[in-house]
Amino acid sequence: MFDSLSERLQSIVKRVRGKGRLTEADVDEVLAEIRTALLEADVNVGVVRDVTARIREQAVGADVSQALDPGQQVVKIVNAELVSMLGGETLKINYASHPPTVVLMAGLQGSGKTTSAAKLARWFKSQGRQPLLVGADLQRPAAVEQLRTLGNQIGVAVFSEPGDPVTTATRGLAEAKRLGKDVLIVDTAGRLSIDVDMMQQVADISSAVKPNYTFLVVDAMTGQDAVGVAQAFHETLAIDGVILSKLDGDARGGAALSVKHVIGKPIAFAATGERIDAFEQFHPDRMAGRILGMGDMLTLIEQAEQVFEKDDAEQTAARMLEGQFTLEDFLAQLQQLKKMGPLSGVMGMIPGMPKEMKDAQIGDDQVTLTEAIIRSMTPGERARPEMINGSRRSRIALGSGTQVADVNRLVKQFSEMQKMMKKMGAMSQGRAGKNSKNSKRKGKDSNLSSKATMRQMGDMLGGSGLPGVPGGPPRGGFPNFPNFPN
Amino acid sequence: MNASEQPLILALVALALSFGIGAIIVSRRSSRGRAPLSLSPEIEVLDAEVSSNAEQVVKAEEVVAVIEPPNLRSSISRARSLFYTAFSGIRSRNTIDDSTWQELEDTLIRADVGVHLAQALIAPLREQVREKKITTPEVLIDALREMMKQQLSKADRSLRIDLTASPSVWLFVGVNGVGKTTTIGKVGAAQTAQGRTVLMAAGDTFRAAAAEQLQTWAERAGAEFVRGSEGGDPASVIFDGIQSAAARGIDLVLGDTAGRLQNKSNLMDELRKVRRVADKGLGSVTEVLLVIDATTGQNGLVQAREFAAATDVTGVVLTKLDGSAKGGIVFAIETEMGIPVKLVGLGETVLDLVPFVPAEFVDALCE
Repeated sequence: MFDSLSERLQSIVKRVRGKGRLTEADVDEVLAEIRTALLEADVNVGVVRDVTARIREQAVGADVSQALDPGQQVVKIVNAELVSMLGGETLKINYASHPPTVVLMAGLQGSGKTTSAAKLARWFKSQGRQPLLVGADLQRPAAVEQLRTLGNQIGVAVFSEPGDPVTTATRGLAEAKRLGKDVLIVDTAGRLSIDVDMMQQVADISSAVKPNYTFLVVDAMTGQDAVGVAQAFHETLAIDGVILSKLDGDARGGAALSVKHVIGKPIAFAATGERIDAFEQFHPDRMAGRILGMGDMLTLIEQAEQVFEKDDAEQTAARMLEGQFTLEDFLAQLQQLKKMGPLSGVMGMIPGMPKEMKDAQIGDDQVTLTEAIIRSMTPGERARPEMINGSRRSRIALGSGTQVADVNRLVKQFSEMQKMMKKMGAMSQGRAGKNSKNSKRKGKDSNLSSKATMRQMGDMLGGSGLPGVPGGPPRGGFPNFPNFPN
Repeated sequence: MNASEQPLILALVALALSFGIGAIIVSRRSSRGRAPLSLSPEIEVLDAEVSSNAEQVVKAEEVVAVIEPPNLRSSISRARSLFYTAFSGIRSRNTIDDSTWQELEDTLIRADVGVHLAQALIAPLREQVREKKITTPEVLIDALREMMKQQLSKADRSLRIDLTASPSVWLFVGVNGVGKTTTIGKVGAAQTAQGRTVLMAAGDTFRAAAAEQLQTWAERAGAEFVRGSEGGDPASVIFDGIQSAAARGIDLVLGDTAGRLQNKSNLMDELRKVRRVADKGLGSVTEVLLVIDATTGQNGLVQAREFAAATDVTGVVLTKLDGSAKGGIVFAIETEMGIPVKLVGLGETVLDLVPFVPAEFVDALCE
């Protein structure tokens, strides 16, 4: 729905390219786009004003570096600024010297407190702790049953009793001590920040259990109101950190920036999926790119790194560029891609991915379908798809439960892809030298990349040279990939 | 060192992706409308015809009873008092200058109307100021308010019950945590209070204890209740609910569904199936209500688009408007996508779900 910032900046960048210095007018123009991008990402208006003012200061008059065009340079400044605003001190859990360490969960209705409480309990468990969950949400029907079910799934005990939330929390604390649990997580009812009675109630719970950590659970889809809510909860409870829920959606999550900015407390955790283990510590650098709508390169690289095995990647890359890539290789790649998580997530992380592809809803079930078709082929057919004739086609369609047309399409597209890669292989030899400057630029520009990651990436691909590709791997932009960043 | 390999690995990923995806897009395009491959297109086309016929039948019979939305309490005024009076600062100014415009835009954005829509709303006003048709901030805000009301004036906000269908089916859809189950509880209570017989079907088989939550509401509302097994097929729970309601002569089935993020295509496919299957029973689906949380930001538009594509959403329920959030996103959803806002949630009791009144909403937004 929203064009990504990088797409929108392109037109401006084209015009200012070649200038030696950023003028105020250039900066204003770029900043206007950045402002829109931040607002579309639901960063609070007031926060946006602060951010753009800071960025303006840094950007006006800044010498345009040799490596970056002005647009890139502003983006770099913005990204760095967002990372520093989102990051700062990370939350390090210091366990109480007299256990249990008490954690209090608070937030609006439907922000995801109960689910986050369970996910947090699982996280503590994975850290070798023994958590106890307390269900002090006695408001919403069946909230305690929900917590008990989740507790069962993760093997964490749940304490709750009907009546008064403050009493339940207090009794829960006593129970944790009795059972020798070292972490106590208190789930509370959702409440509106302007509901005086309910805010008093959570303050009472807080003074009863004296939490070491109070986490505010914030829905990543929250709009402008995130600031008001966070301020109100912070005033009542002294928040220690934020849990960002539903980050697996496609919201850009500007609320994270707003909340961090107004209460100055770190975003400690992010819920990245419905599964109970989809919960991780927060990475500010990745969030910055997401808010700006510029993809999430680092996550992608890390995931690729974990999944693609070194030798495989090396061989496949070489074969790809020589045009010897077979359906068998493709099948292997699809499987590795599947390991990286839902395909839509992976797609979203590639900046500059053509819009048409991003918008196309790609389900993993459809990858499965493609897999099924390839699996219904004989090894010979996989190596030489051109041998697939009419009767083979019907057999494959039958075997994979698809239509003959589906098989046709796959074969046709595969041969086109082979051609394209051969072309690229040839081109990379020609372009490698010419673009070395470009690739240096990429290295400097990439705020998101850590040196260690890059080294591993390099290792993964077998050092600097690829077998069969004299002059090193292709660098810079690829033809056939509109908008692919270079 | 080796920083230059980054583009390569990404290209590899992208290559594999682009191929896979290219194939997928094409097959997707050609197979749009027939969801699982095992279903042959002919069958689906037939279904489409049948359902569109059914719709025409409903229209032809003029939906026997177009009921007014439950008029529980004129409590919009309460919501109004909860809005910040952000516009009063602008009103108190003497002249219209650049900072007035900026403040006006910021105020609309702060209400989650969205940056583009805010600018679009202001643009014609700038024109009128330039032509000296408007000279004071006071008049400016009144003009803005009139324009916004105008844009919300045409929608049909009634909740439809087709008494010939028996039962009529209302499905509730939306992302996680917006208040679908609670909304069903309140709608059910309002409908039973009006003397209709209601059955609630616990189609949220995913979230732990969602069925128990709905059951509590059903007991409070005096409604019948049908559930399936946890983790079971939601479409079959809804279908069973409809069949059971038909057998017992119940007027209205309220179908709950699990919250789902609109970018989870498998879950959206599941919802498509629920929608399809719900029409195959003895009843007929007369409303599909998208529940939107008032705190929702710009992602609400994406939600509306995706849920509408999956289930032909007929209206929006705006929940949690009793908080400090202003719910401006529904203005964007209604004006940009043409999905009318039908109900507003203003609190936790059953009496706190009221019909959406555009004039009140806009006045509240522009005070």
